[in-house]
Amino acid sequence: MPRIAGLNTGLTRRSLLASGAAALATPMLSRRAFAAPTELTMLAWYGHAEPDVVAEFEAENNVKFVPKYYTGGDNMLGLISQSPAGTYDVILSDAEYVQALNEAGYVEELDPNDYAIADYFPEFQDFPGNWSDGKLFSLVTRFGFLGVAYNTDALTEAEAASYNVFWNEKLAGKVGHFDWHLPNLGQMSLLNGNAAPYDIDEAAWQAVKDKTLSLRPQIGGFFDYGGTFSSLNDGQMLAFAGIGDWITGVLEKNGAKVRSAIPEEGGLQWSECFSIGKGSTKADLAKKWIQYITSAKGQAKSAQMAAYPALVPNQKGWEVLQAENPAEAKRQGMTSEAGNVIDMIRSGRIKYRQWPIQQSLEDWNDFWSEYKGA
Amino acid sequence: MRRPLSLYGLTFSLPLLVWQVLFFVFPLVFLVALSFWTVKNFRMQPDFDGVNWATMYGRAVFWQAYGTTFALAAAASVLVSVLAFPCSYAISFKLSDTARSWAVFLMVIPFFTSYLVRVYSWQIFLSDAGIVNVMLGWVGLGPYTLLNTVGATMIGYLTLTFPLVVLLQLFSLVFIDRTLIEAAHNLRCGRLRTVFAVIIPSARVGLVIAALFAFILSFGDFVSPIYLGGGDPTTLSILITDTTKSGQQWPRAAVIALTMIGTLLAVAFAAVRFAYKGRTK
Repeated sequence: MPRIAGLNTGLTRRSLLASGAAALATPMLSRRAFAAPTELTMLAWYGHAEPDVVAEFEAENNVKFVPKYYTGGDNMLGLISQSPAGTYDVILSDAEYVQALNEAGYVEELDPNDYAIADYFPEFQDFPGNWSDGKLFSLVTRFGFLGVAYNTDALTEAEAASYNVFWNEKLAGKVGHFDWHLPNLGQMSLLNGNAAPYDIDEAAWQAVKDKTLSLRPQIGGFFDYGGTFSSLNDGQMLAFAGIGDWITGVLEKNGAKVRSAIPEEGGLQWSECFSIGKGSTKADLAKKWIQYITSAKGQAKSAQMAAYPALVPNQKGWEVLQAENPAEAKRQGMTSEAGNVIDMIRSGRIKYRQWPIQQSLEDWNDFWSEYKGA
Repeated sequence: MRRPLSLYGLTFSLPLLVWQVLFFVFPLVFLVALSFWTVKNFRMQPDFDGVNWATMYGRAVFWQAYGTTFALAAAASVLVSVLAFPCSYAISFKLSDTARSWAVFLMVIPFFTSYLVRVYSWQIFLSDAGIVNVMLGWVGLGPYTLLNTVGATMIGYLTLTFPLVVLLQLFSLVFIDRTLIEAAHNLRCGRLRTVFAVIIPSARVGLVIAALFAFILSFGDFVSPIYLGGGDPTTLSILITDTTKSGQQWPRAAVIALTMIGTLLAVAFAAVRFAYKGRTK
């Protein structure tokens, strides 16, 4: 094969082709190296890894969240226990379950200095369950209240100011239960005047059971997440026990005539906390995410999450929200006005939703099944 | 007459056998084993403890749910059989061949849409301000509570089973020997009597199997009792979700599931026995 004179300097056709191909491929490779986002797995309630919350963080850090959504704390614990360590980088958990996560060794220890805890309202800086033996294992990121959810056409705000409204004759067959024993029985316990609704002795527990059973004839159904939404939205149920603004807020924003009230007997508080999964190989990125979502900017986003709105514990997050969306800040009560949600907590009207202390979780669950079958 | 196993025969039967062992027998054995496991702090531990059986069988709510579910499924299979029969009778005896093909096609169409979607759309019809109540309002009736009732659950069961029951009934009705019907007429047997004395007995196998399928599907259904019945009363399928939802009690859920499987097997054997009773072949 005759060689071309100019290429006779050791450059063969084969090497030319090879280097040409490599040169052509380089942009592809480098583009891939730049563009391929790091995948970060998140175990959470639905909504937490949706674009309205994570898009900005994903773009800034070249991250792609891979969510695994669960449908309840038990479901979450089951998913973790059935997967190898390191499967989930970020774990969102209801406060009741944080302790269980910690005890089972499913989460990494956090360094409190990494996070803007000083910006939190004092009530949330030392949040129960987040700390164990002076070590931080999870960080509360959002919370909400549970009270009386009601149809504003059917009930006035004054009527909804007591759990006793559930027994109102005009609501016969129109009271729905969110199908989980913990918030419903907690509300009954509050109605019975138990200052610590989940720390009750046998006599008080019996009284809670009796009170709950007396409500049975009023009940129109026991609903899951979707059923609760639709039955409130179409007016099939006019009042709901066991839920709060996390459901009615979404409906209200879409024009449905429903609201949640914190009755005079008090309300319950649910809280969601972020942790880093044990054995995560991307713990640094997971930390970055928790820093972001607990920062003022992230907190304002979290408060307005499309799937379900929530209150946030970061005071500076309130300020950002007030500037960005004053109407929503006002609707949720995250303003500097008197009677805002922190005042509500400080006045002692709000109790944490938690696991029963003097009975086993099983006792409560078994009673709930019996109540449903009654 | 038994034939020796051939490679040809095995080629076709082995995959099915492997499939059955892999996806039916093995999970079933696992389910039995699971029912003896225990749960400590939300974690399942392999064990051999009868506590789950004792707990579930000792609870009134379990037997209550069992009775409710059995009664609802039995009622659904009777109701759907009675309602489907005139339909499948008309399709097989009154329609032309072309019209019959169309009718069968129409009965298949519901399977194109998810059952869940069909049940959700019933909510639009049955709710207090729904289509049915609005129409009743035009004639000065109602509104009636239709949604979140046992009746609504029954409508859901019918939605699930009606097309299948019609198809199954149809297949036994079309294959009835027409000369039997002619003979009945020649012997001065009236139309109605022909149906009860000739057609139903001849199609007994198909009718019973259709009813059995309606029972099996309704007995295990979760969607209708929860989305149309409002979860009230508790059925076994709802009890299973309740059991797993709080406390990770999968072993107890396995007890419920095994009881359901046992019940369905017993009902199926009884139904098949009844269907083929007196037949010699």
